[in-house]
Order: sequence, then C-alpha cells, then structure tokens
Amino acid sequence: MFNANDIRKDFPALSRLVDGRRNTYMDTAASAQKPLAVLNRIQKMYIEEYANVHRGSYWLSERATENYERARQTVAQFINAKDKREIIFTRNATEGINLVAATWGQYNLKAGDEVLLSRAEHHANLVTWQQWALKTGAILRYFDLAEDGSFIFENFKNALSERTKIVAVTAMSNVLGTLFPVKQISTEAHKVGAKVLIDACQFAVHKKIDVADFDCDFLAFSGHKVYGPTGIGVLYGKYDLLAEMSPYQFGGDMIEHVSYDKTTFALPPARFEAGTPAIVQAVGLGAALEYVMQYDFNDIEAYEKELINYTTDKLSNIPNLKIIGTASDKGGVFSFDIKGIHPQDLAFVLGKEGVAIRTGHFCAEPIVNLLGYNSLARASLGIYTTKEDVDEFINALNKAINFFK
Amino acid sequence: MQIDELIDNFSFFDGWEDKYKYLIELGNKLPHLSDDKKTAEWKVPGCQSQVWIIPHYEKQHIYFEGDSDAIIVRGIIAVVFIIFQDKSAQEILNIDVEEIFDKLGLRDNITQNRRSGMLSMVDKIRYYATQSLGK
Ligand SMILES: Cc1ncc(COP(=O)(O)O)c(C=O)c1O
Repeated sequence: MFNANDIRKDFPALSRLVDGRRNTYMDTAASAQKPLAVLNRIQKMYIEEYANVHRGSYWLSERATENYERARQTVAQFINAKDKREIIFTRNATEGINLVAATWGQYNLKAGDEVLLSRAEHHANLVTWQQWALKTGAILRYFDLAEDGSFIFENFKNALSERTKIVAVTAMSNVLGTLFPVKQISTEAHKVGAKVLIDACQFAVHKKIDVADFDCDFLAFSGHKVYGPTGIGVLYGKYDLLAEMSPYQFGGDMIEHVSYDKTTFALPPARFEAGTPAIVQAVGLGAALEYVMQYDFNDIEAYEKELINYTTDKLSNIPNLKIIGTASDKGGVFSFDIKGIHPQDLAFVLGKEGVAIRTGHFCAEPIVNLLGYNSLARASLGIYTTKEDVDEFINALNKAINFFK
Repeated sequence: MQIDELIDNFSFFDGWEDKYKYLIELGNKLPHLSDDKKTAEWKVPGCQSQVWIIPHYEKQHIYFEGDSDAIIVRGIIAVVFIIFQDKSAQEILNIDVEEIFDKLGLRDNITQNRRSGMLSMVDKIRYYATQSLGK
C-alpha cells in the first residue's frame, strides 16, 4: 500500500538532520534523494559483482554484464518499451537530447527545415536545438502556452507544418508543472511527417511513461531525478530509427570490426554507448526503478493529486504570494513569487529552517523572463513528500515573510 | 568599518535571524546603483540573484560600488566590500577571504555554494585587481 510516511523512511537522507534541523526536502525537481535499496545495490555491485562489461569471459565480468543488461530490461519495462535494444544509457537527459541532435539532427535537418519547441523548454532541450539549428540552417519555432501555463493544443497545431522535421517538447514543465498531452502531440506531429522527442525528465517522477502509448520517436530522462544515481540517464529511440542513425562518439564497445583504415559499427544500443559505460550507475538506476515500480503509478498519482491540492490551498492563503503555473493538469511543481521578497533572500531563510527550495530560472531562463521575472522560487514534490513536509515548508514561508516585514 | 569590528559584531549573534537582520542593515547602507550602471559588463556571473560590482581605480587603491536585487545579498556585498575596500590590487590578492568568512561564521549556507554568490563576488573583485596589475 502506498504511504508516503513509510516511503520517507526508506530514504536515509530524509531522516537525518541538516544543519541541526529536520530535512524538509522540497527540491526533488532538481534532483531526488535515494532510497536505501539503491545505495545497497550500488555497494553490493562494487563488492560482489564488479568488473568491466561486455569484455571478460570470467565470472565477475559476466555478472557485471548480466546486471548491466538487466538494468536495461528494467528501464524498458519502466517506460513500456517493447525491445530493450531501444534503451541507450547516457549520462543524463541532456546527453540523450544532444545525442539525438548530433546524430539524427545532423543528418536530417537542412536549411529551411523547422524544429518545433514549446516556450517552456529546459535549456537541455532548448539550447541543444537552438545550436543545432544554427549549425544546420534549420529554423527554430516555438509555440506559446496560456498565461496560466496550460497547454493550448491549437497553438501547437498552428505552429506545426510540412516543414516541421522534429517536435521536441517536455512532457512536464519544470517551471510551470504543466503536463503536455504527449500522445496527441505525437499523433499530430506524425501526420506531417515530423519526428517527436519527449523530454520526460520531470514527467518520469510523477507519471507513468508509456512509450508504446505515446508513440514518440525519442524520449529522454535522467536517473538522478527518479531516485537513481547521478551520472546515468536514458534515451529511448524506436529501433528502426536508431538503426539508421550514425554514431556520434567513437571508441570501444560501439564497434563490430576495426582495421587501420575502416570501422564497422555495432547495432544499437551498443553503437551509441562508446567506451566503458556507467555500469554501477545503470544498475543503481535499475534498482531505483524497481523501487518505484513496487507501487502502482495510479496510487502515486492519486496521492500526489491530493498533495498538490493541499499545497495549492496552503500557498493560496499566503498574502502576496503568486503561484506561477496553475494549469488544471499539472504535476507536483510549484513555482512562485512573493511580492517584495527576492527568491534568493527567501531561500536563505528557508534554508536556515531546514527547508530546501530552488531559486533562479531553473535552467529555463527564456520562459521565466517571458513571465516577467528574473528569478522565481520553486518547491517540488517527490514520492516521499508528506503533508508534514508541506506544513514545514508553509511554516517556514510564513516565518520568512514575517522576517522580511 | 574595519573587518575586525565586523568580526566582533558578528560574534554576538547566535541565531540566523540576528545575523541576517544585521546583514540586511549593512546592505541598507549600501548606496543603490542607478539602472544605467547595472549592465552586463559589471554583472557577477553565477549568482542566483542579480549582482553588479564596479571597480574604480584611484591612485594606489581600488574602490568598489555594487548592488543586488536581493537584500541579504546586498548585505553580503557590504561585507565583501568591508573586506576589500580601500586596498591596493596586491593587497586584495593577498587577502585570505576563506579565513575571514570562517571568523564571521558566514561560511556555511552562504559561502558554501559558489553560486549563491559570495565567492563569485570575490572572484570578480580578484579579477579586477589582477587586471589592474596587468595594466
Ligand atoms: C524538464 C527538464 N529537462 C531536462 C533537464 C536536464 O536534466 P539533466 O541535467 O539531468 O540532464 C531537467 C533537469 O533539471 C528538466 O527539469
């Protein structure tokens, strides 16, 4: 049964005092804490099962390879990919998006082609396509969201055309919390022959990823946000598409045959995993996803819905506080501004109260500026966030507001 | 104010409230920069609030003006200025700020994270000092 109070106890960092205070961690959107199961798995791997993968034919190497490849299978299961060869391990979502731009983008984008993004993309997605558009002569187009952050399907549809070669959008905004209708986006984009890349970084934490249902061509997320280790991420790509793409990094593990003059490359996913991969991190990610998959995503979502309402109510009662991003379909991310208090000042005081929030532009500077701010504050929810966390956060907010009076 | 006096003043506080109140007070005494001076050239990169520091080279010494849109950060600028004000470029480069931050008890929380600014401000000041030596 899903109980956030129990889940919280599975995360050792959350039971520790920080600077002498209860750890009220409201910055999961930046990076999540890790359950003991993940930490134990990592240690066990290093002690009992560690060697390089895909190489030695001795016991340890075989175990390591088996575990690494099993983690790939777990990822496939987590996102409902039918074939584990569609799972490429990367460092993070950023690297996954860069991989698509540098391989698929480099060879498929030509001058005059269009790349379509929403106005609310994270720099990982925005800057990558912006720079590859500059390199290839492709045109970058953006579609607007509503003022409250809601996705407006008409805006997206109107920006889409026969010239659109790829639609690269987040499934959930890390600033506004807005959930994007990914499946409908794919359907519409495919009608004009465009490919679809989904940035599922935030979405992965709050909702069930289903690539079969989304029918997206690519999807990227980071391990560290879904309770896994840093240094590991995932790029999903439809197999036939991956098989047509050229590698962008060269070296060991990604080859079939090498002579002094020529190399033939391995099939995906190996083709895109040059060099020794983040073996233990991949296995740690597998453990994190298994941890999440103990629970039914329906329960996770139902609990989060309740907590979102609870938090929204509490925040709405604070005078001069404006929640930025109030789409009806949103995940557990609350960006906000308090009139007369700079987010940085607020975060200093909250930090002293043991409450961790994020401030700034959250690596999505254009949308924060477009909304009329240089900097915002953001609190975000995770699987382990309890009502008590929200209460502590709200109390600290009130205390800070009094302090700055 | 001299740095020793500042260290002395800070030593009387035990809670963060008093410390921050005092920082805000120090910040309030810092003159605001006019908007035309708040340009990219003087901006301190890597801060989560906007921070500008402008050097003025006079005879042997470098003087600084600065501002931020966050009030605790303005206090931090004021502290940094007390440390570096009225010094020659060489003196600026010789100062062990880490030690002073320690004595002020401002190390954790404020200084730990480079991005929250204090050390980026110091980097910028050191950069101005190094530049003036190169001239
Ligand atoms: C929506 C979104 N996309 C991409 C990223 C980039 O993730 P990473 O830095 O792990 O590559 C983030 C993380 O901040 C994010 O929130």
